[in-house]
Amino acid sequence: MKINVNGEGREVAPGTLDKVLDELGYGGARVATAINETFVPTAARGQTELSDGDRLEIVAPRQGG
Amino acid sequence: MVAFYGTEVTSRLMLGTAQYPSPAVLEQAFRRSGAGIATVSVRREAGAERAGAAFWDLVAQLGVRVLPNTAGCHSVREAVTTAQMARELFETKWIKLEVIGHADTLQPDPFGLVEAARILTDEGFEVFPYTTEDLVLAERLLEVGCKVLMPWGAPIGTGLGLTNIYGLRTLRAQFPDVPMVVDAGLGLPSQAARAMEMGFDAVLLNTAVARAGDPVGMAEGFARAVEAGRLAYEADPMEPRDMAAPSTPLIGKAFLE
Repeated sequence: MKINVNGEGREVAPGTLDKVLDELGYGGARVATAINETFVPTAARGQTELSDGDRLEIVAPRQGG
Repeated sequence: MVAFYGTEVTSRLMLGTAQYPSPAVLEQAFRRSGAGIATVSVRREAGAERAGAAFWDLVAQLGVRVLPNTAGCHSVREAVTTAQMARELFETKWIKLEVIGHADTLQPDPFGLVEAARILTDEGFEVFPYTTEDLVLAERLLEVGCKVLMPWGAPIGTGLGLTNIYGLRTLRAQFPDVPMVVDAGLGLPSQAARAMEMGFDAVLLNTAVARAGDPVGMAEGFARAVEAGRLAYEADPMEPRDMAAPSTPLIGKAFLE
């Protein structure tokens, strides 16, 4: 299925968020996620199915003011 | 000592972590500043990047409390979701809430700010709202549960200092028991000292240190200014007057008629 990851179109296998994160190379990374602007906690990734056209945001700690 | 949401902090200087020439300079600047709180953010991470982990390690070495921000968020939804992601990543209830309303001045959107502050407070966050010096807005933020206010000195990154002394003085006087941090717009230690002399509890800055020719030296300059300003406030400064008043006694002066 085609989803949008951090603003870019990506083709991924259908599945739950934790599987999609693994497929995209985030396995074990310290990241937080939101789907269609709704926060998805780490504990909910295994039960959260992605759908075609979803917008996924994956963020990590960064410098800030 | 000042407390934010029940957490006492020893330093009244809070520092941002962005724009330093290198991680090493950032670390040295923090050490010299004595800052006890560091602002941080969350940003998009690429699949194999792991930049977040490297930054996380750097922050851990600083031994400071982190205050994540929602910098760059222009809507309530964005700010709330960003805050939720930050809480999970940084393992803290603290959030420096920015809801930006104007692209050129980065002025807070007061309506969105109050709404986002209400939502986040209800979700258990401890909100540090980046606000203007507006009294009514301050009151609304306190009403929805904020226990700290962060009025701007000037627009973010300008280094203009305290552009509305009257407004800030009024805000301070109106809510004497609310911890207040002057956040944004400071460019020089003297400006930070002024804020502290006026009775603000702390200052937060980033660009003024990170973009100085010598960030480490500037960090110490700000640290001393903040301390000097606080000492002056606690020492109850004299009232200014228009006419001269000799400090040396007249009694006993030679050649007096």
